[in-house]
Amino acid sequence: MNESLAKEFLQSCCKNKNFILGFVIVISIIIFALFAEQIAPFPYDEAHPEDILVPPNAKYIFGTDNMGRDLFSRIIYGTRITLKVALIGAGLQLVFGVSIGLICGYFGGIADRMLTFVADLTWCIPGMIMALAVVTIIGSGLTNAIIAIAIVNWASYARMVRAKTMSIKNQAFIETGISFGENAISIMLRYILPNIVPILIVTVSMQLPGTIMSTTTLSFLGVGSQPPSPDWGLMVSEGINFISRGPWLCIFPGLALVYTVFGFNVLGEGLRDLLDPRMKSQ
Amino acid sequence: MSEELLRLKNLYVDYKVKDGYLSAVKNVSFTIEKGEIYAIVGESGCGKSTIAHTILRLLPDHNEIIKGNIFFNGEDINKFTEKQLESIRGKEIGMIFQNPLDSLNPVYTTGFQVAEGIMLDNVTKEEAWNRVIKLYNDVKMSDAEKRAESFPHELSGGMRQRVMIAMMLARTPKLLIADEPTTALDVTIEAQILNIIKKLRDDFGTSVMLITHNFGLVAEVADRVAVMYAGEVVEQGTVYDIFDNPKHPYTKLLIKALPRITKTEGRLQTIDGTVPRLTEIIPGCRFENRCPYAMDICKEKDPEIKTVNKFHSYRCHLHEGGEI
Repeated sequence: MNESLAKEFLQSCCKNKNFILGFVIVISIIIFALFAEQIAPFPYDEAHPEDILVPPNAKYIFGTDNMGRDLFSRIIYGTRITLKVALIGAGLQLVFGVSIGLICGYFGGIADRMLTFVADLTWCIPGMIMALAVVTIIGSGLTNAIIAIAIVNWASYARMVRAKTMSIKNQAFIETGISFGENAISIMLRYILPNIVPILIVTVSMQLPGTIMSTTTLSFLGVGSQPPSPDWGLMVSEGINFISRGPWLCIFPGLALVYTVFGFNVLGEGLRDLLDPRMKSQ
Repeated sequence: MSEELLRLKNLYVDYKVKDGYLSAVKNVSFTIEKGEIYAIVGESGCGKSTIAHTILRLLPDHNEIIKGNIFFNGEDINKFTEKQLESIRGKEIGMIFQNPLDSLNPVYTTGFQVAEGIMLDNVTKEEAWNRVIKLYNDVKMSDAEKRAESFPHELSGGMRQRVMIAMMLARTPKLLIADEPTTALDVTIEAQILNIIKKLRDDFGTSVMLITHNFGLVAEVADRVAVMYAGEVVEQGTVYDIFDNPKHPYTKLLIKALPRITKTEGRLQTIDGTVPRLTEIIPGCRFENRCPYAMDICKEKDPEIKTVNKFHSYRCHLHEGGEI
């Protein structure tokens, strides 16, 4: 019975063009990141003093930068940073957002009002400005940039989880669980959380592009990754100085970012169509 | 018989509402003995479910005031802490809810949910699973192994109610509270579920508190009956006392309102009027405005409880000076 269900789900996955496209793109990024050493022709920090600012050619497919480093290799290694941002960023936001949302939604009362107030506070300050402020306080660097973005973004998870928890906790099976002798923690983790998971998956994949973009922006502004890291945002910002002599320095990292964000976006859209019960009727 | 399991003593439940307090349960006392099926009958909103939820402290918003004692096995569980109560829920007192259709967690298989309850008592997984299959057979679930691996949405209403019963029996509670267990089911399934409940009482000695608005059902399975009206128990006694010798006018009208096969009695009887608003303080009898025998005293004085025999008692001013 479960096998046929899984089969049916796979079939509807295959029919969904968005999902397939997004899935292929994201998988390709993961492959780039995993096999960067094999795919990239040079190490990302190997300088070739004889080949400075060479336009794209057969040896350097995306050209080289002002220090003679191969742009293509750097972009390939950059996928690792992007995936790190995506994983740790989303993980942090999920842990914060989901636990706070569950507690608020389940217990209500004064804790709920206070935490909701804090969540609303993060909404009324423009995200990038707040992230900059946080990075200024805790210091620059990629990890700190990820934390800053998580501090800005957790509230949207918390809100969503809180609202869902409040509607689920009034359903009859929660009462069953309580009358069964379950305590509050197991009600939250075993009864409510599994029912939110589909929506969480969708939210994560919709939020991921934003998280990647914001972190890249911080790197672009110079408070994220530090040189010689092959972070795409950092590469664009370094390339700006040479934009008239070597426009490829900005174009290719930018395209790589567009590719990644597009991939996650389309995947998110596809997942929403597949998992959101409201869209099922179609 | 005659060993006491649950005793409610002068239980009051008041809900806090916008314009004061709503007296949902007023001065209710009764005793459920080991191995008996005790039915609570009454119309919608008369406080039946409130009593059930009060016993397990499942009332949703904590904006109610509960007075009185709930003795379970001699201990007043109304004074228990939340933690102590958690250990009673499911283990000592199980509860089946009105609506089996959404009383199960939609994301787990039904067998897993039942097994989970068993594993709360430190039982290994395989043992728990075997118990699940056995329980499914006990509640007459056809094809037990396969059903245990089904998700709730793959089962019909009657099957889900069986799962609920299996779940609540999983930990062999001493008392099973069945809150309108068959309301959402059709008549044929209703009869089967009742038979299961009856058989469980016979096999395991479980006491059952059966909450229903269906007098026919009471006649079918119950040993003793309490008739509730507007938050009060107006009459209680054995099934035979209540059906053969009803004392309270409300009980009489309820019995008259039962559908019968005989043509001579005409169409179905109804009781005129509605339940009074319970936020108002009613000095007299709460049934006064609908009672065909209402007297002047009914408006002014709350009737006392009168006992007919050991089990049979009622709350009415009639019969003060002999029979009517």
